[in-house]
Amino acid sequence: MAIEIKMPALSPTMEEGTLSKWLVSEGDDVRSGDVIAEIETDKATMEVEAVDDGKLSRIMVPAGSEGVKVNAVIAVLLEDGEDESAIDATPATTPAATPVAEAAPVTAPVAETAPVSTPVSAPSVIVAAEADWTGTSTSTTVREALRDAMAEEMRGDDAVFVMGEEVAEYQGAYKVTQGLLAEFGASRVIDTPITEQGFAGLGVGAAFGELKPVIEFMTFNFAMQAIDQIINSAAKTLYMSGGQMGCPIVFRGPNGAASRVAAQHSQCYASWYAHCPGLKVVSPWSAADAKGLLKAAIRDPNPVIFLENEVMYGQSFEVPDDDDWIVPIGKAKVVREGADVTIVAFSIMVGRALEAADQLAQQGISAEVIDLRTIRPLDIDTIVTSVKKTSRLVTCEEGFPFAGLGSEIAMQVMEQCFDWLDAPIARVTGKDVPMPYAANLEKLALPQVEDIVTTALTSCAGYKGGQ
Amino acid sequence: MVDKADAKRKKKPGRPPKAVAGASAAKGVNDMPPRDDLVKMYSDMLLIRRFEEKAGQLYGMGQIGGFCHLYIGQEAVVVGLQSASHEGDTVVTSYRDHGHMLACGMDADGVMAELTGREGGYSRGKGGSMHMFSREKKFFGGHGIVGAQVPIGVGLAFSHKYKKEPNVCMTYLGDGAVNQGQVYESFNMAALWDLPCLFVIENNQYGMGTAVTRAAAGPALSERGSAYGIVGKQVDGMDVLAVRAAGLEALEHCRSGKGPYILEMKTYRYRGHSMSDPAKYRTREEVDAMRKQHDPIDQLRDLLIKQDVKEDALKAIDAEVKAVVTKATEFAQESPLPDPSELFTDILLPTPVGATNGQEA
Repeated sequence: MAIEIKMPALSPTMEEGTLSKWLVSEGDDVRSGDVIAEIETDKATMEVEAVDDGKLSRIMVPAGSEGVKVNAVIAVLLEDGEDESAIDATPATTPAATPVAEAAPVTAPVAETAPVSTPVSAPSVIVAAEADWTGTSTSTTVREALRDAMAEEMRGDDAVFVMGEEVAEYQGAYKVTQGLLAEFGASRVIDTPITEQGFAGLGVGAAFGELKPVIEFMTFNFAMQAIDQIINSAAKTLYMSGGQMGCPIVFRGPNGAASRVAAQHSQCYASWYAHCPGLKVVSPWSAADAKGLLKAAIRDPNPVIFLENEVMYGQSFEVPDDDDWIVPIGKAKVVREGADVTIVAFSIMVGRALEAADQLAQQGISAEVIDLRTIRPLDIDTIVTSVKKTSRLVTCEEGFPFAGLGSEIAMQVMEQCFDWLDAPIARVTGKDVPMPYAANLEKLALPQVEDIVTTALTSCAGYKGGQ
Repeated sequence: MVDKADAKRKKKPGRPPKAVAGASAAKGVNDMPPRDDLVKMYSDMLLIRRFEEKAGQLYGMGQIGGFCHLYIGQEAVVVGLQSASHEGDTVVTSYRDHGHMLACGMDADGVMAELTGREGGYSRGKGGSMHMFSREKKFFGGHGIVGAQVPIGVGLAFSHKYKKEPNVCMTYLGDGAVNQGQVYESFNMAALWDLPCLFVIENNQYGMGTAVTRAAAGPALSERGSAYGIVGKQVDGMDVLAVRAAGLEALEHCRSGKGPYILEMKTYRYRGHSMSDPAKYRTREEVDAMRKQHDPIDQLRDLLIKQDVKEDALKAIDAEVKAVVTKATEFAQESPLPDPSELFTDILLPTPVGATNGQEA
């Protein structure tokens, strides 16, 4: 059967072009790969190569023709042993864009199934909270709790390993990995060179290779060097592979401001990572949550960003005496019940929110404090339930205000319980400036207890208690 | 060693790629692979060639969208190396990846259907030309960010060593990628920890439209690992037997625990960088000279004929390959578009029951 040579699309947007020149004539033998014509698009002049071997039988569109539609037949090729009669035997194809439309009816199904109310994200999964712990517990620092979580998971699963700068012989830049090298050896507790993008990518490859890496960033500020691997490789590959390439990896390390280390070492990345589908983002406050969530993160088949806080490492909390203590990812916790205003916080801000709640109580305001624990998937249900009770919401975060987590929570609360609100949702955030070094300026830049108190009071002004 | 002509990086149209002594030595009669292997290599290269030609054609018809980077001209590289590899060896590459997938044994139907963005594609239409994977065939992508596949390949090599598997990860990168910083982070770690990683630099002479001589300083890309003590060799990447011989040696090095190895494959792509590249940065004569004098498929075909493989047998292979591509094309055209519900699948894997004390709903 004769072969039709069609006007090719030479770019994703091309619809028509000028057939400027034929480089072969009727009757010529053509071999696959030979340049047969030149075509001008709006962008460039391109050469057209033959795809098949044969004899050029007829030129259907003469040189110099403008506005030749993509897919129009421009010439006919006869294969070995065919003669002109084969051309008539070839069923006529509709020229121009018709085959494209047939091949890609993109608009129809989308229009049918995408009404105005199409959700903008996948439906959230309801996650049950961990059961209340009734057994014995031990006072443990956040640092030790994190270490215990890693050690327990490494004991239980040979595929788990820890990698990062100074995690082994130095025992961790912040001593979080203390003792792991002695127990698990250098093949599973691995000091890396200072090479964040490299070892983040190596971790992703190892996770594709069915290991379960725990990658420590000395701080998340340095993870900006590696963010391409975290987002493009770890977060997106499952989707791009149609579900084949799970990436069970934990990226962990301190996030946010420490103390007097200035702008490049003092940033909260919660909203950065929470922005991207394909990642889970966790940021615990208490030691019990730090342990239970890190264990859940290591067991999770997805990439998890685990944001710790350097200032919190030395703080002690009661941690259940249970080496299978797991806190589910995706579940917030009401850490103080109240009736007048809901304060949502995560990581170090939870402590400040609780202090603020104490001060508010002295002024007759009952604040409910929610520890988000997981940033994404966000437990919006717990927030909404609380707001329906208190009718007021204050969000707290150390990060910048613009497009921060508070903005997202405010939007979701508005979508889900606008009618319950008695005051505008208010944000307490870091100031919209790079972190200054001077002690007084740094304090001004960071959200303090009194900022939360003042904001909550404003929210409650002139209207106390429910009706 | 780097020869002087190469050190000067003088680019001449149609300059034959420089072969290394070690690889060309393998052309000796004793090293000649069995004829069946040669026939298989011929068939594998031809499949890639015909598949890519068809992909180019479908792109021209608007049935393949976005970016589409064809492998035509470079077939000997991946086919030669796969013929030297062992069961369980892993492969990762960048976005000029269709040839690698076919050489790894992935089904042409599924690859072509991914190009057309259909449900039957390897990524169910959600990855496209640059993002396809097959755990079964040990092909780990298909990555769209230049250089990002290199640390991933080192990580796959790390997992081989960690699990004490006797395997090597073949990590492909182009001459464009060799100037990315993370490549050197990867070289360093691979050498530091003696990881079984074969870095294959496919030097097709152009990173998009920029000739390698205008982008890369230093003597030769094969030397780029020398600071880390990684052995590197240049190979005539248009000669599938030279590639295979170099691959056997390099893979053996990696497999025996001696750490990584670099092979710089001097190769050439006949087509533009992507489908919308008019390739005005090089002359037609340069491309023609390469095709006429160094085409990897023609070279092997000539050899097969010398080895008394009959013209009819070769024609039969041509026909078989053509049938595979025709079938793949039909499958790719007939497979339905992904269901709209696919939009929200494969973002996160479900947490297995038990991972959260069995409390997850």
